[in-house]
Amino acid sequence: MSRISKTQVPRVSQRVRSMLRSPRIRVPRVSALTAVLNDASLSLGRWRAGRYLSVLATVGLALLTVPDHAQLSPSPEAPPAPRFVVVLDAAHGGDDTGSHLDSGQLEKSVNLTLSVRLRSLLAARGIQAITTREADTSVSLDQRATIANHASAALCLSLHASETGSGIHLFASSLPPALPTRFMAWKTAQAAWVTRSLGLAGAVNSALAHAGFSVTLGRIPLPGVESMTCPALAVEVGPQRDSDHKITTEPDNPEYQASVATALAAAVVEWRSDPTRTEARQP
Amino acid sequence: MIPRYQKILFAILLLASLGMGFKLWQLRERAHRSLLTGEASAPTAAPVVAPAEQATLVVANDMDNSLVPQVHSLPLPADPGSRARAVLGKLLDLYAAPDSTHPVPGGAQSVAQVFLMPLPGAKSTDGSDNQLAVVNLSGTFAASHPSGLETESLTVLSICATLRANLPSIGEVRFLVDGQQRPTLAGHADLTRTYLTSQATPTEGTRQ
Repeated sequence: MSRISKTQVPRVSQRVRSMLRSPRIRVPRVSALTAVLNDASLSLGRWRAGRYLSVLATVGLALLTVPDHAQLSPSPEAPPAPRFVVVLDAAHGGDDTGSHLDSGQLEKSVNLTLSVRLRSLLAARGIQAITTREADTSVSLDQRATIANHASAALCLSLHASETGSGIHLFASSLPPALPTRFMAWKTAQAAWVTRSLGLAGAVNSALAHAGFSVTLGRIPLPGVESMTCPALAVEVGPQRDSDHKITTEPDNPEYQASVATALAAAVVEWRSDPTRTEARQP
Repeated sequence: MIPRYQKILFAILLLASLGMGFKLWQLRERAHRSLLTGEASAPTAAPVVAPAEQATLVVANDMDNSLVPQVHSLPLPADPGSRARAVLGKLLDLYAAPDSTHPVPGGAQSVAQVFLMPLPGAKSTDGSDNQLAVVNLSGTFAASHPSGLETESLTVLSICATLRANLPSIGEVRFLVDGQQRPTLAGHADLTRTYLTSQATPTEGTRQ
């Protein structure tokens, strides 16, 4: 039987502690522990044994209080799927009324209605949607971008309505694509997501075209959207016109809005199922 | 008791202050009159005596979100600033026409001035100094412009593309409204930024 010197006592304590911490030792650790302690108590004098009995008491208490690592250690399984959050940005609001539609409605109200409608449709499809405003309140462009960025949004749709043009107008930022960096300029953060935004525009365009809407695509400067660190689009709902360019349906028509919202929700679902969607999700 | 020399000094200073105030007021009035005269004498339309030349106007179309170049013949002054103003005036006349593809009221009077300034260190494609054009639009034009992402962007981009088509030395464009910076044209198009004419190129319709 080997004797344990005074200088070895701390080492024994360290062994005990390391055994307790080791997640790999499960059931055998108690017997190993006992063996070590027996060994220690037999080798040392009585006062030393008393000291180790106090250690044993501490260990016993620790065994009762420390949860079993075997039960806590997770079984090897797939990591949880990343959250899929959609940010819906009803443009304008408060003092900023947006355009005045021929029907007498203000653009800010039409945008808010479409935002609420689309959020409900997305919720029904199991997709979490965050809105930048829920009422007729002023929200600055920077605040809108901040909401989208804090939500780690999978995509953002900035909703507009207009009396000009025809059908749905989709706009992505005109910023030139840039490589993502750890720190990005606030005003041009969207540059790292422009390519993904164009992909999103393709998905939304196909869903809207499939629903029978005429769609125009473009790239323009988009203040606010250009500070967002997610795929982002501006969707402007224009009136529907006949072949003579006469307006047949106003942008605030409830049925028209419902159809547009349904098509946009379908586009979001399609985008979520896109296998290449997450590849450039984070820089 | 105030000494006499101090009274005289005070009187002299008072008279000098009044005289300078009067002179300042006179100079201000004179500057104001000269400014008004200058504005009145600024050409509001291209002079008829100028020879007619071919100008390329990049015309917007709301229906398909396109910018299409069209060649028009119009009298153009030799001075680049006046030339730019004449070209933009014709473009906005097209937009104010009843059958316009991009209806915007206002016409040629909507462009108050176009100032051309050299951009230091920048060269255009033909080797000449690159220029910054500052387009001063009228407040009436901005107030009556239809509101919307598409229509406002098309107006801004068609102005930039038209300037580039006729004055290739113009590399950048900034906008003022009644001589002041304004956040947006009619609620959407950003007027605080500098637009690069190289990015405002004619595009075919993207309607699907």
